Amino acid sequence: MASAFEYAPAPESRSVVDIAPSYGLFIDGEFTEAADGRVFKTVSPSTEEVLSEIAQAGEADVDRAVKAARRAFGTWSALPGAERAKYLFRIARIIQERSRELAVLETLDNGKPIRETRDADLPLVAAHFFYYAGWADKLDHAGFGSAPKPLGVAGQVIPWNFPLLMLAWKIAPALATGNTVVLKPAETTPLSALFFADVCRQAGLPRGVVNILPGYGDTGAALVAHPDVNKVAFTGSTAVGKAIAKTVAGTRKKLTLELGGKGANIVFDDAPIDQAVEGIVNGIFFNQGQVCCAGSRLLVQESIQEELLDSLKRRLSTLRLGDPLDKNTDIGAINSEEQLTRITSLVEQGEAEGAERWSPACELPDAGYWFAPTLFTNVTQAHTVARDEIFGPVLSVLTFRTPDEAVAKANNTPYGLSAGVWTEKGSRILAVANKLRAGVVWSNTFNKFDPTSPFGGYKESGFGREGGRHGLEAYLDV
Amino acid sequence: MPTNAPTAAPALTDVTASDAALRRFLHGLPGVDAVGLEARAATLGTRSIKTTAKAYAIDLAISMVDLTTLEGADTPGKVRALGAKAVRPDPTDRTAPATAAVCVYPDMVAVAKEAVAGSDVKVASVATAFPAGRAALDVKLADVRDAVAAGADEVDMVIDRGAFLAGRYMKVYDEIVAVRETCGTAARLKVIFETGELSTYDNIRRASWLGMLAGADFIKTSTGKVAVNATPANTLLMLEAVRDFRAQTGVQVGVKPAGGIRTSKDAIKFLVLVNETAGEDWLDNHWFRFGASSLLNDLLMQRQKLATGRYSGPDYVTVD
Repeated sequence: MASAFEYAPAPESRSVVDIAPSYGLFIDGEFTEAADGRVFKTVSPSTEEVLSEIAQAGEADVDRAVKAARRAFGTWSALPGAERAKYLFRIARIIQERSRELAVLETLDNGKPIRETRDADLPLVAAHFFYYAGWADKLDHAGFGSAPKPLGVAGQVIPWNFPLLMLAWKIAPALATGNTVVLKPAETTPLSALFFADVCRQAGLPRGVVNILPGYGDTGAALVAHPDVNKVAFTGSTAVGKAIAKTVAGTRKKLTLELGGKGANIVFDDAPIDQAVEGIVNGIFFNQGQVCCAGSRLLVQESIQEELLDSLKRRLSTLRLGDPLDKNTDIGAINSEEQLTRITSLVEQGEAEGAERWSPACELPDAGYWFAPTLFTNVTQAHTVARDEIFGPVLSVLTFRTPDEAVAKANNTPYGLSAGVWTEKGSRILAVANKLRAGVVWSNTFNKFDPTSPFGGYKESGFGREGGRHGLEAYLDV
Repeated sequence: MPTNAPTAAPALTDVTASDAALRRFLHGLPGVDAVGLEARAATLGTRSIKTTAKAYAIDLAISMVDLTTLEGADTPGKVRALGAKAVRPDPTDRTAPATAAVCVYPDMVAVAKEAVAGSDVKVASVATAFPAGRAALDVKLADVRDAVAAGADEVDMVIDRGAFLAGRYMKVYDEIVAVRETCGTAARLKVIFETGELSTYDNIRRASWLGMLAGADFIKTSTGKVAVNATPANTLLMLEAVRDFRAQTGVQVGVKPAGGIRTSKDAIKFLVLVNETAGEDWLDNHWFRFGASSLLNDLLMQRQKLATGRYSGPDYVTVD
C-alpha cells in the first residue's frame, strides 16, 4: 500500500477579493482622508505582506464623524422600525452574497483559517443582522417599556480577534434600535470594517448612520471621550476597559464593556470523553485561542486525567497548522507580532514557574507570526498561566476531585465570561452551571454562538450583554 | 499481517466472566454526546481533498470495496460477472486496483471463489441467517460452516439485535464467540450490528466493544437492508472504538461501513474519518472496507475524470 493520506494543498482563491492599495476613513457616507493625513499599514499575519495603507483617524476626524452621526440620528431614529429593518435585512443579504469575499478578506487581514471565517464568522455576521432586523419593528414588545427610545450616537471600539463579527454584534443592535454609529476597528484588522462601509453604501443606508474610523488606541480614546457620544461599547482587554470606564465615569454616557476572560472547562469523570476532547480543542484552539471566552483552563477530574490527556495529546497531533487560506488548515497565524511576543513571554513564564509544557510535533512557517498549540500540565491556581489571560493557543490543565472543588477553582479568577461543564449527568450540569460565576456556561459543548443568546461577563470580564433581547437594552433608554 | 487466529483480548478477560460483569463493563464505557459526535463527523466532512490526495484516496477506496450482491434473485451468472468486475474493475484501464472482496450469500461462495481464482480478491459471505439473524444458533452455525466449507475467506455475521436491545449481552457475546470458533483460522469474522436498529450511539459503542471482546476481526455498521445504514457519525464512533480497543489490548480490529455510501465524495469523507480518528494504520483494506455495490462505478468514473480531465458517463463503466 502507498504512503499515508497526505492532503494536497487546497487554497481558497484570493482573486475574489480586490484590496485597494489605500483606504480612507468612512465618514458621512464617503471615504475621506484623515484631517492630518496620517496613515498606517495593515499586514497579513501569516505572511507579513503589506495588504493596504489605511487612513488613521485623529481627534478632528472623530469630531467630524460624531457630528455626521448626530445629524443622521434625527432622521434615522424617526424612521418607523419596519423601515430600519429593511436596511438591516438588506445589509444581511448583501453580507451573505459577499460572504466568500469577506471570508477571504478576513482571513488575509486577521490570520485565522478560512475554515473558521467561512463556516463560523460570516454565517454568524449575517445571522446577527437578520436577527436584529427582526427586532427593529418590535421594540415595543421587547420588555423595555411601550416605546423605548434610542440613545443617540454610539461610539464603538472593537478588537482584532473577530473583526467583522464584533462589528456585527455592535452595529446590528445599535441600528435596529435607532441609534447611529461611529465605530473604530482594531489597527491590525481594519479592512473588513471598511468593506462593511461599502456594504452600507450598497444597501443605500442613509449617510452618517454608520461611520468607520480606523486607528490606534488614541483614536478610540478620542471617540470614547467625545462629549457628543451618548453610548460607548467596547470589546477588548480589561486594562483598556478600565481606562474607558474612568473616562466615561461621571458623564451621562451609557457604557457596556466586554473584556478578558480565563474560562474554565470542567470535565467530570462521566463525561463523553471523545466529545469533551473536541470541545476542549474547540474551546482553546478556535481562532488560535484569541477568544475572550476561550476555555483556557481545563479542569479535569483527577480520576480520568491520564486518559483524557492522552486523548487530547493524540487529538492535538492531528491539528493542521499553516496557510490560513488552505481549506484544511485548523490553526492559523497569531494576529500580530506584538501578540506573539506576549504569548511567548507568558508561556516562558509558565515554564519558569514549573508548569510542564507540551506541544505536538509541528512545523511553523518561516514568515508570519506563529505559535504551536501548547498544553501546560502540573498547573496550580498559583501559576501565572492559570491566572492571566494569554489570548493564544495555550491550555492550562488543572485537576479537581469533587464538584465543589471544581466550582471553587473555576470561580477563583478575576474574570467571569465563560465556562464549560462536561458530564453525562443532567442534574450535575444544572447544579454546577448554577454555581459558576460566568456569563455563559456551555454544557457538553463550547464556543457556540447564536444571535438569540445574550453574551457578556461578570467581574473583570465586563458588564452589559450583547446578543438576544438583552442586547437591545444597551442601546435603549430604559 | 496478522493471522486469522481467534483473538481473545487478554487485558479484558474479566469483563466477560459473567453476565453482570459484562453489563457493568459495557455500561461503564464513556457516553456519547450525539450532537458533538455528529458535529465532529460533519467538520471532518469539510476537508478539501484535491489532486494527488484525491487520486490516492480514490484508488485506496476502490481497493477497500467489498463488491456486494445480496439479492434473492442472485444467479451464478450474476456472481461470476461480479467476480470479474472485482478482479478488473475498469477494463479500459488496467492500473485500476482490484476491489478487496466480493460479498455474496453462502450458496454462491463456491461460484464466487472460482470467479476470483488467481487474484487477491477475497470472497466474503453473509452467514448467520442474514439479514435478520432470527434463527437458532445451530442453524446460524450451519450457515457459517457451509460458507467456510465452500471456501469463504471472510464471514459477515449479524448479531441478535433483539437480545442486545433486551440487555442480554452475554447471549450476543456467546453467539459471536461460537461463530468465531466455527470460522476457525480459515475465515476472518465481520460482526454486523445493524446500527440503525440499535438506535442510540451509546448502544453502538457498547455493541462495538462487545463484538471486539468476542473476537471480531471487523466491526460492521449494517446489512444495507434497513433504512439507516452507515453514516459518518456511526462510522466515526466505531473508529474511536477500534482505536481505544487497540490502545487497551494491543489487538487491532477492522471497520466496515456498509450501505448508503454511493459517491466518491462520500467515500473520501469516510477515508478522512479513518485518517484523523483511528489513523493511518487503518488506511488499508485489511483494516477498512466499504460495503457497497453502486460506489465502485462512481469511483471509477471519478478516476477516469482525473486521468482524462473529462467526465465520461455511466456507459463507460460496466454495469456489473
